[in-house]
Amino acid sequence: MPSATNVTEPQAVQDPATVPAQQQVVAEPSQQTADNYADYAVVAARHPWRWVGTVIVAAIAAAVLYSLLTNPRWEWGVVAQWFTAESILRGLGQTLKLTLISGSLGFALGFILALMRLSSSPLFSSVSWTFSWIFRSTPLLVQLLLWYNLGYLYETIRLGVPFTSITFAEFQTTSLISQFAAAVLGLTLNQAAYSAEIIRGGILSVDQGQIEAATALGIPRWRRSTKIVLPQAMRAILPTAFNEIIGLVKGTSIVYVLAYSELFYTVQVIYNRTQQVLPLLLVATIWYIVITSVLSVAQYYIERHYSRGALRTLPPTPLQKLRAFFATHANTNSSKGQL
Amino acid sequence: MSLATTHVETRGAVAVRSVDKSYGNQQVLHEVELDVAEGEVLVIIGPSGSGKSTLLRTINHLEKVDRGTISLDGELIGYQVRNGKLHERRESEILVQRTEVGMVFQNFNLFGHLTALQNIIEAPIHARKIPKAKALARAKELLTRVGLADKADAYPRQLSGGQQQRVAIARALALDPKVVLFDEPTSALDPELVTEVLEVIKDLAKSGTTLIIVTHEIGFARDVADRIIFMDGGRVVEQGTPSELLTNPQHDRTKSFLSKVIEPAFNI
Repeated sequence: MPSATNVTEPQAVQDPATVPAQQQVVAEPSQQTADNYADYAVVAARHPWRWVGTVIVAAIAAAVLYSLLTNPRWEWGVVAQWFTAESILRGLGQTLKLTLISGSLGFALGFILALMRLSSSPLFSSVSWTFSWIFRSTPLLVQLLLWYNLGYLYETIRLGVPFTSITFAEFQTTSLISQFAAAVLGLTLNQAAYSAEIIRGGILSVDQGQIEAATALGIPRWRRSTKIVLPQAMRAILPTAFNEIIGLVKGTSIVYVLAYSELFYTVQVIYNRTQQVLPLLLVATIWYIVITSVLSVAQYYIERHYSRGALRTLPPTPLQKLRAFFATHANTNSSKGQL
Repeated sequence: MSLATTHVETRGAVAVRSVDKSYGNQQVLHEVELDVAEGEVLVIIGPSGSGKSTLLRTINHLEKVDRGTISLDGELIGYQVRNGKLHERRESEILVQRTEVGMVFQNFNLFGHLTALQNIIEAPIHARKIPKAKALARAKELLTRVGLADKADAYPRQLSGGQQQRVAIARALALDPKVVLFDEPTSALDPELVTEVLEVIKDLAKSGTTLIIVTHEIGFARDVADRIIFMDGGRVVEQGTPSELLTNPQHDRTKSFLSKVIEPAFNI
């Protein structure tokens, strides 16, 4: 430790020799000018091309909006009439139900699959890999039709000991697999295959030292996975996971092939009757936009929640930003003068 | 606690018996023999790749040994003797054994999403099943002991390296381990932060807990160690009291290592 002071001293001796030379070079051109600019007004840089761009974009936006509002063929009256119709709302409820159930079951199963894939057991790992391989390589449409027609492949489903005649319960497949069950089954398993990979990626992004520390502290395996690794993996998982959930909201529309009356199927049934195809598609579209928007806001706050500890200070929420904007501009507008 | 009652007389005696360990075809530990007495402060020095960290990690079963045994107060780590055979222990039993051995890492490895206090109470509550109120009181006491009582609610990234390592030490102590292992606890720290961490370890050395410390801080080793061992190429080359080993090393390998580690401090 005492040697540290010795180290710096020779440098300190050298410094005075070099510093004056630099100061002279800087001092010559500026001559006697005072270094105090405190009284000077600041003129903001001008961005003329930004203004040109703004005008063009605004003109295009106005044109699109104008055509949307004035083209009578959009039939906004019909849209408004059906937008909150009972049948549409019932379909919307089914869409939300499918999304919620398949989304949560899919991600829960995906988490298990991700842990299996990362486990040191070759059996677990290969079963998980095969699962993802099969469900990612077949079209969701085919999977749904296959589940719905399971009764054709297996007339009864038997709960018992394999390869023996011991049976605890036996079901008629067609009575077990309703449209809803087929839809949930198809969407869940498909979602699980994708989310397994997303969650695995998140887990891999967590520093190995975290797992090591938890292991060294004797924290049980399940808690280590769910309370130490997963929360930290969430930062990497969430953006892609929300992509998936938003995809799932709209993806549920594919179960119309099972004649399951979710939003999209309901809309189809109505426009087949009334022939108001575009306005009714617009009704469905707007509802999908509404759901997605709510999810996007939720995403922002959930991501913020999981960035605790990952950032030194959390960034302000949009609401806080807005308040700060008004707070500063209320003060500075008067002093700055107006452009 | 239940394990401790059967060994009231000894606390923290470690015996390493002819331990071999290889990664692939590279053998990192050769026939390592080591006895650490109860309450002893043992410092392990040696060049990188000499097997110091690996030896440390085998003591709490983070690494399995290929051959040989390690025991803590007469109880084998990771194995159980039954009918003349070594039976591998169940994971739940290994977890209990690990709570007897605290570990402090080079890179702190604090849980980034938990506050300092939450980091400390996690293992007592979930590995030892200590009631939360009791764990919290103990955690606050430990934070005070490492001089960070005011940082209980800070997240690791809001703390300096030295502060993080002090929290990590408090976290290891929260389980009342019989042995605390330090794996280069100051190597990732800025020079001016090293002292604050070493002070905490010195303090701990006086408390009677067995400490095994891998470090490159020779001056610190001299101050704190009851005994120093020098490892090279996966073998314990030489051991002795600080004054014996540091001022009068017997082996050429020890001499040349010490000359490289100690000399530069005076020369630059």
